[in-house]
Amino acid sequence: MIGRRAHWVAVPALLGSFISACVVFGGVAGGATYTPTLFSWIVAGDFETSVAAHVDALTGVMLLVVTGVGFLIHLYSVGYMHDDPGYARYFAYLNLFVFSMTMLVLAGNFLLLYVFWEAVGLCSYLLIGFWYTRPAAAQAGKKAFIVNRVGDFGFGLGIMWLWTVFGTLDYGPVFDGAATLSPATATGIALLLFLGACGKSAQLPLHTWLPDAMEGPTPVSALIHAATMVTAGVYMVARSHVLFERSGVALDVVAWVGVATALFAATIGLVQTDIKRVLAYSTVSQLGYMFAAVGLGAYAAGIFHLVTHAFFKALLFLGAGSVIHGLGGEQDLRKMGGLSSRMMTTTITTTVGALGLAGLPGLAGFFSKDEILAAAFHGGQRVIWALLLAGAFLTAFYSARLLFLAFYSAPRMTKAVAHHAHESPAVMTLPLSVLAILTVVAGLAVGIPSEHGTRFARFLAPVFPVHEAAHGGLAGLMLLVMAVVVFAAGVTLAWVLYMSGPVRAEAIGRPRNPVHALLLNAYHVDALYDGVIVRPLFVLSTFLARIFDLKVVDGLVNAIGRVVVAGAAGLRRIQTGYTVNYALTMLAGAVFLVAFLLSR
Amino acid sequence: MPEPAFPSIALGPLLPTLFVLGAAGLVLLLDLLPRRSGKEHLAAVGLAGVVGGLLATLWRWGSNGRAFHDMIVLDGLALFANVVICYAAALVILLSVDYLGRAGAESGEYYALVLFATAGMMLLAAAGDLIVVFLALELMSLSLYVLAGLFKSPLAAGEASMKYFLLGAFASSFMLYGIALVYGATGATNLERVGAAAAAQGHAPLLAIGLGLLLVGFGFKTSFVPFHMWAPDVYQGAPTSVTALIATGSKAAAFAALIRVLVVALRSAQADWTVLLWAVAVVTMTLGNVVAIAQSNLKRMLAYSSIAHAGYMLVGLVAGGAPGAGAVLFYLLAYAFTTVGTFGVITLCTRAGQEAVEVADYAGLARRHPVLAATLGLFLLSLVGIPPLAGFVGKFYLFAAAVRAGYVWLAVIGVLNSAVAAYYYLRVIVYMYMREPDASPTAWAPSFSGGLALVIALIGIVLLGVIPAPFADLAQAAVAPLLR
Repeated sequence: MIGRRAHWVAVPALLGSFISACVVFGGVAGGATYTPTLFSWIVAGDFETSVAAHVDALTGVMLLVVTGVGFLIHLYSVGYMHDDPGYARYFAYLNLFVFSMTMLVLAGNFLLLYVFWEAVGLCSYLLIGFWYTRPAAAQAGKKAFIVNRVGDFGFGLGIMWLWTVFGTLDYGPVFDGAATLSPATATGIALLLFLGACGKSAQLPLHTWLPDAMEGPTPVSALIHAATMVTAGVYMVARSHVLFERSGVALDVVAWVGVATALFAATIGLVQTDIKRVLAYSTVSQLGYMFAAVGLGAYAAGIFHLVTHAFFKALLFLGAGSVIHGLGGEQDLRKMGGLSSRMMTTTITTTVGALGLAGLPGLAGFFSKDEILAAAFHGGQRVIWALLLAGAFLTAFYSARLLFLAFYSAPRMTKAVAHHAHESPAVMTLPLSVLAILTVVAGLAVGIPSEHGTRFARFLAPVFPVHEAAHGGLAGLMLLVMAVVVFAAGVTLAWVLYMSGPVRAEAIGRPRNPVHALLLNAYHVDALYDGVIVRPLFVLSTFLARIFDLKVVDGLVNAIGRVVVAGAAGLRRIQTGYTVNYALTMLAGAVFLVAFLLSR
Repeated sequence: MPEPAFPSIALGPLLPTLFVLGAAGLVLLLDLLPRRSGKEHLAAVGLAGVVGGLLATLWRWGSNGRAFHDMIVLDGLALFANVVICYAAALVILLSVDYLGRAGAESGEYYALVLFATAGMMLLAAAGDLIVVFLALELMSLSLYVLAGLFKSPLAAGEASMKYFLLGAFASSFMLYGIALVYGATGATNLERVGAAAAAQGHAPLLAIGLGLLLVGFGFKTSFVPFHMWAPDVYQGAPTSVTALIATGSKAAAFAALIRVLVVALRSAQADWTVLLWAVAVVTMTLGNVVAIAQSNLKRMLAYSSIAHAGYMLVGLVAGGAPGAGAVLFYLLAYAFTTVGTFGVITLCTRAGQEAVEVADYAGLARRHPVLAATLGLFLLSLVGIPPLAGFVGKFYLFAAAVRAGYVWLAVIGVLNSAVAAYYYLRVIVYMYMREPDASPTAWAPSFSGGLALVIALIGIVLLGVIPAPFADLAQAAVAPLLR
């Protein structure tokens, strides 16, 4: 069987889809939009829906990210998962995920979008709980699925509402008809859709599943829980931006939820001690930036940040994975340090990734974050701008903290682990290097702002109208300076705290004051949900299960069942086996039929 | 001397049937040749004939051929039914090869009779005249009577064959009398002329009696209550491969002919037969499902299930119009794949040298033969009507048509019946997956051709379940011209 050689199927498959994505990208680069229909899917009464695609510049960008980053992470997985007993199962799930994700971005109507929205959720569940024998992994998988169900419930309602209004779910007629909606209806629909996005993209108040999702294999965290699936919410809001714009209120909600999440998650990320949890909260925070951008109407900026984030966050996760791999499974920042001498490629590439996240001028993350800040500033949303700037400071701090603690401070691991620490094989470092290069060049290539927006924004102009924002001038220069200052301040603070003297591992991660304790416990949101929602529901369902279901429902069902079975036993006796009786029954039936027809 | 005047004969519309008939003749001929070991070559000839019939059907697709003064009408309805019949016959032939070998009942006549029965079914679906309806019905039935009793042992086979023959003859006589009365009332046996005459004269007692007696004949073949009583005994006693053919092919042909007779010849009495079929549908569904619960023999249980499914299809006839009749055709296709598959699994299972036909024989099958158990499980789930399998979509179209035509209560009764049915289908799955096998476990007899048939049937139920719309459109388009 395939077994150990599963990657010979899975990786070339991804390469093939990446090449196809490049071809598609070439086709839409000129601004063309294709809406091919594969086949008619469900026809029931007035309801008709097809398996149809909607391919435009936005789809092209998403396809490139999903298949390109997906390919690199498949490659990386060959090394990372090489002695896992579930090797073939892993690649099967991962391929299923990429299929579902590409279908999600290709979908030409909301129903198909919903189907693959659920399909990527399923893959996420399967891969979070990939090591299903570990209770924590199984729990985390369930949590991700259930929290997402809350969002998807709203998403489903929104889609049904769309159908009742338009009688179709195809993108074309829905978006064309959005202008005819009353603002109240548009607000209702848009907010329900946004609830789905909150679940999938881990925004407040449905963010709690993403940090726990780190129980999955690290490449999965990189692909699904950083680069692609979690950005589906951003994609969906951007895709249906006409609905949100028709509402207005909904856009404000999106922006403010994004801002709140960005700050909220960044503060938690400041104090985490698990390397993957730092990255997880950072992902939640960066997704908040993307939502803030689309909420401000700067869709191209949001999608641009989605792309650059896919590069540097995938890079960071893969770098963290390389560290974990090299240290034999260690994820605790307190037991790392001094890796720069032992893991050269990993150190350099991860440093590039962390600086990209922190916003070092010149790297991709700097340009894309700057676009968002500029959109807030020029859009007159000064409060949002200030909050996002504060978030950028926090981001710079926790990125630098992660770098210093893991790579540059003195080693704190045990002798055995330190002796064993090694650089990862080329199949893992190659994707790291490619992603590092992308992190360096992506911003310079397409992200430099100009009079008519960035090159990236001009590319997406067929989908999103370009905002002719004045980027230059004194204000622009001031924004640039502010961004640099904030970056420098964050990094410097981290240097002072973690590099100026020896790090006392036992001092990190221990609550020093109430605020610190609050952050360490992620604002007690999990405990809050547990107390307010989970426990009361549990009590109610215990009552329903023990009393109502057993006594009332089961009693009723059993009674009906007994009646039917008794009837069956009785009716069975009619079947005597005697041919004469059968013939007689037929005769009686014939007489009845004829008599009835004559009587009419 | 004057030239003898031959009537013009258009063989095109007969082409699909001729393939099958030709194969039947060839099988009989080849069987006379000195004996080779085994009869696989005859199965191959038979399969080729049926596949030829299928290809000819597809080649004629979209045409509307008539032959012998409109006695044969190869229109969309007939072509669609032909597809169902040919698929069912082909799968049955594939299943038969090793099954007959194990039973020690290999014979050339078997394949010839299957082909004659198939030809009868195809003619029945294309019959444009009451005389042809009767002839085709007899060609099909007589072949099936013999096939049902093909196994010399056990005794039940002979009993099944005898009962089937006696009751079938009884039903045929009703039908023939009905045809005579219709002819008496309208002066025609051609369905279209009967329809025109019936529309002209309105409600006539003679015609009403004729309609009633015709329904008795069709009711026997399609096993409505109260003309269903042969079915459990015959399904149980007949060789399983033959049971599969009776349950699918003959039912598809009879339903196609029934649709044609009702909408072409007796449309003027639609109000009358709709009310009647409403009641018959309710009784048939309910009785079939309820009594199936009490069965311990799998084949007998499936016989009652088949009665219940006939009831579901009657719902489509009651709903009427292209959606209703189209739903019936779609259901026939879905049901053919599902049912041949279910019986197909039974033909592969043996226990202690006997065919495994008791539900209890399937205890713990999943432990020993997980693939086989999963296959049977899927077929059973399709019979229950669980998405995304063919059975679900079929039921959905039937009940949707009923709701749209205003028969909400009929649809509700149908859905409730489906819930009852879930009990006895799922019971088999419970046995397979949750019970321990006992001392003499059920084994499966590997068979390449049988496995191939199961794979085709599985693909069929999944395909119809996942992308039903194109097939449903074809089914509606097939009946739409008749309903204009």
